[in-house]
Parts: sequence; structure tokens; C-alpha cells
Amino acid sequence: MKKYEIQNVKDTRSGFGEGLTELGRTNPEVVALCADLIGSLKMDEFIKENPERFFQMGISEANMMGVAAGLTIGGKIPFAGTFANFATGRVYDQIRQSIAYSGKNVKIAASHAGLTLGEDGATHQILEDIGLMKMLPGMVVINPCDFNQTKAATIAAAAYEGPVYLRFGRPKVPNFTPVDQKFEIGKAVVLNEGTDVTIFATGHLVWKAIQAGEILAEKGISAEIINIHTIKPLDEKAVLASVKKTKCVVTAEEHQMNGGLGDTIAQLLSRQLPTPIEFVAVNDSFGESGTEEQLMTKYGINTPHIVEAVQKVIARK
Amino acid sequence: MADIKNLEKIVSQVRRDIVRMVHQNNSGHPGGSLGCTEFLVSLYNGVMEHNPKNFSMDGKNEDLFFLSNGHISPVLYSVLARAGYFPVKEMATFRSLNSRLQGHPTPHEGLEGIRIASGSLGQGLSVALGAAQAKKLNKDNKLVYVLMGDGEQQEGQIWEAAMYAAHNKVDNIIATIDYNGAQIDGSTDEVLSLGNLKAKWESFGWKVLETNGNNLQDINNTLQEAKSLTGKGTPILIKMSTQMGNGVDFMMGTHKWHGVAPNNDQLKSALAQNPETLGDY
Repeated sequence: MKKYEIQNVKDTRSGFGEGLTELGRTNPEVVALCADLIGSLKMDEFIKENPERFFQMGISEANMMGVAAGLTIGGKIPFAGTFANFATGRVYDQIRQSIAYSGKNVKIAASHAGLTLGEDGATHQILEDIGLMKMLPGMVVINPCDFNQTKAATIAAAAYEGPVYLRFGRPKVPNFTPVDQKFEIGKAVVLNEGTDVTIFATGHLVWKAIQAGEILAEKGISAEIINIHTIKPLDEKAVLASVKKTKCVVTAEEHQMNGGLGDTIAQLLSRQLPTPIEFVAVNDSFGESGTEEQLMTKYGINTPHIVEAVQKVIARK
Repeated sequence: MADIKNLEKIVSQVRRDIVRMVHQNNSGHPGGSLGCTEFLVSLYNGVMEHNPKNFSMDGKNEDLFFLSNGHISPVLYSVLARAGYFPVKEMATFRSLNSRLQGHPTPHEGLEGIRIASGSLGQGLSVALGAAQAKKLNKDNKLVYVLMGDGEQQEGQIWEAAMYAAHNKVDNIIATIDYNGAQIDGSTDEVLSLGNLKAKWESFGWKVLETNGNNLQDINNTLQEAKSLTGKGTPILIKMSTQMGNGVDFMMGTHKWHGVAPNNDQLKSALAQNPETLGDY
């Protein structure tokens, strides 16, 4: 089993900010928009270096999505940033008509996704955004796991032609994936090979899955851990190859069970390789105020829940 | 100077196209389409600098038009086809299966002349502003035009965009409101009154012109005046009074023809009022 070193503890939104800064230096077509959350989205450096390529939208997310769509018509590559809640649910129809159906090259940069936004509470803790975005035809949905991967994903999103939903978060989390990694959209990353179960995790739950894998190893269970950083398009080949070997599955995500990564994996398996599956996800509930660890524990998406789900699913084999 | 005689010829043919398209599938929106015919015919025939034979999505170095009130697609399709964007005979496919001429306009099927989907109201001004700002970044001094409905002014996103445009001095945009005073459920005054639209837009920082959208001379004069006012740090709005159903007597003066197709007799009457000038599709 591979041991992952924590290089440092950083927020994924800072990875986005650094990626955007790099894009500002390397790609003159990249522009950024923000709805009054520059500091939260870590856009300061990009703005300092490229003031003419930044658009302060004020608190008007609907207009932001439309302006972003319009900017692509002149060949620009806009990153439209705000909290995930305001970047999806609030402006679903604007994204659907002006971006997805219109086939516009807009990158939706969604920070503070999920429970780990913390104390602001359920009004801001969107747990439905992956589902909303993956349902839109042609929308790519990316949820990287740490700082380094979020930076790489940001750079990869700019190189891809078409609408992308890029989801990241607020808290500082272990940064363990390689610096300056190459990020391939739609390509799953096998973090640990195993034989008894496959854990498919996305976003902040990837590190939790690695921790769960260590606990499971002590119990004599060999877990294959796969980082599904791109929920859509799903790396079907990688999923099927792993499940053929392990014959049972746990999915782990900071999202509603309805509409999330688990749904996507279950849909594939039910069609092509029916397999016992357990879901570590929020079960049809809103969140509340609290620290990220408290919330992940209360709402059933922390490391022990993954361990428990693995034991349960292995028993069903 | 606009060649009014020539524009009149095109207007007559576009009106025929509109009622024939809506009639053939018994669906579509003739009222607002007819009301905006003089405006769109003028825009695409003498006002805008555009390139119908060589359509490109990015539209660099040409003027762009966005239709925010997408339900008046018949008039846009006819004006685009008559300007040479796509074959005139394709109008026969309007609202039919496998057509590029969807009920509401979209670039999804690759129809030349369409750069954004519209239909869900309130979104076109934001898109036009983004396109206008991209032109500024690209040092492209051409203009962006956008048409909105008056009922559409009830959408909040319009006012987000209005505030944004003035704050950012987006002065390469000419927005127009089709002020016909009617929407699906009745007059705008009955449904949700718009108040003093001119004063509202002025208070949002826009330069507002007013015109009679059913008078070719007036609308051409106003569009030229609007062009002359661009580049001065202020976005331009034209409040354009129109009559829904203009040019077809039984469709005028009522909101009832917003989204209703004429029957065979009504079609005959509408066509009799608008002579064939450029050949029916």
C-alpha cells in the first residue's frame, strides 16, 4: 500500500487562485469574473497582474453568467467565480440556456462547496451542485481533491474547449498530490491498488478515503482507492476495470446521495457490471453551522463512515 | 441615407415569411415578430456592418446582434435568411423536427447568424454586454446590438445588467426595448406595470432615445443617432414604441396574437395586405 506524504495543508480555492494566476501569465485570452468574492476565490493576484482582464460583477450572479457567455463570443476564456451555491442553484437557467445549450466556453469556478464551508450554515452549503451540473448536456464536472490538483485542474479547464464546472472548497486540507502534476480531464487516478473493495472518492473525501484505507489495512482489508476528480465525463474504463477485480464498491463525496458521484457510478455498474455498492454521502438533508470536522461526522461523510461502508459492502459480496 | 423604398420591399416580404412560417406549423409568435419587422429589417440592411456570407461565431470586426426576446424568432429567421445568412427555403422547416430553425433561436444546431440561445427571458442583455466587453479587449471598434421585449423588463437580471453596463461605461452597445405594451396575459399595465421606463433606464445611467419602431424613417434616424452617441462613456437604450401585429390589420391593437397562429382564411387576408416582393420561400 502506498503511503501518501502530506506536503502541507492548504485550501483548494488557493489552488484555483494560483492556477488562475499562472493562466493570466500564459494565456492572454483568459479573463476572470467575480461576484463580490475576490478574496474568498483567491483572485487577488490575477487581478493585480491583469486588471483589464478582470470583471467585478457585484452581487449579480445571473448577469455574471450571461456576461461570461458573451465574452466567449469574442474568443475569451472566462472563469466566472463565486460560491458554489450561487454559481449553480441560483443561476441554473442562465447556465442552462446561455452557457450549456449555447455551447459556450465558460469555466464556472465554484468555491466553498459542500458542508466544509462550515459556520455560515446550510444557506451556503450547497450539496446539490454536482447533480445540477452533471445533468446539463455537454457540461464537464470536475471536483479536485487538494491544492495541487485544483491548480492543475484550473489550467486544464482553460485548455479544454467547452463549458466546465470546477468545484472546490474553503477549508485547509492535506495537500498530497504531486506538484505540477498533469491533469487529464476524465481520467481517474488510482491512488492505491487493492483487491477487496474499490473506494471511489471525489474532492475532500479523497483524503478521507486514503485514511480509511490505512485503517482497513490494519483490519486486513485491501482497498483500492480511486480519485474520481472528473465526475463527468466519467472514466468508465477505469471504474469497470477496478470493480471487475474487487467486486464491491463504496463511493465517497461531500454531496447529496441523490445526484452525486455515487449515482453516476451506480448507473454505470447497473448497466454493465451489477455490483454491491454503498454510498458515503449526505442523505437527503441540509447541513448546519459547525466546524468542518463536526459537520462531516454528523452528516456521515467522515473517515469512519467510509470504513463502516466498506465493511458493510464486503459482507454483501 | 437609408433607402426606404428598398426597406419597404423587404418589410413586406418578411411579414409574409412570418405569417407563413407560423401558419405552416400552427405555432409560433406572430404579434411581436410583426411589430419588430421594420426595426430588424433596418438593422440588417444598412445599419449594421456584418458579414452574412461568411458567418463566424466570434464575429470579430463586425457588428453583432442578440435577440433576448427569443420568441419573436420568425422575424429574426426571415431577416437573417433574406440577408443571406442561410437559404431562404429553410424557413419551411421552422419549428419542425430536425430543423435548425427551432421554436426559439439557438446556436446549438449551427444556424448561421445565431450566437446565443434565447427564449427564457432576461438573459440577452448580459450576453450582449459580455460580447461588447470582449470587443473592447480585442480592440475591435464595431458595435453590439440587442433587442429586448417590454414584458421582459419584469425580469430582475435585466436590471443587474443595466447597472453593470453603466458602471463599466460599456458604450459600444445599443439596446432596444420593443415597447408594445402587451404580454401574454394582457397589457403590461394590467400584468405588472413597467412605470416610466425612460426614467428608470436614465436613472440606471443609460442614454435613452425614443422612436416609433413602425416608421422606417424614424427608426433609421434613431439608429443613426444612437450610433453617433456610442463611444462616449454611456450605454445607449432605444425605447421603441411598436404595435404588436403591425402590418396585418386583424392582429393589431390586441395582445391576443402574441403566440397564436392564423388559420387559412386569416393567412390569406394577411398575405393580401403584404405583397410578395422578393419571392416566397
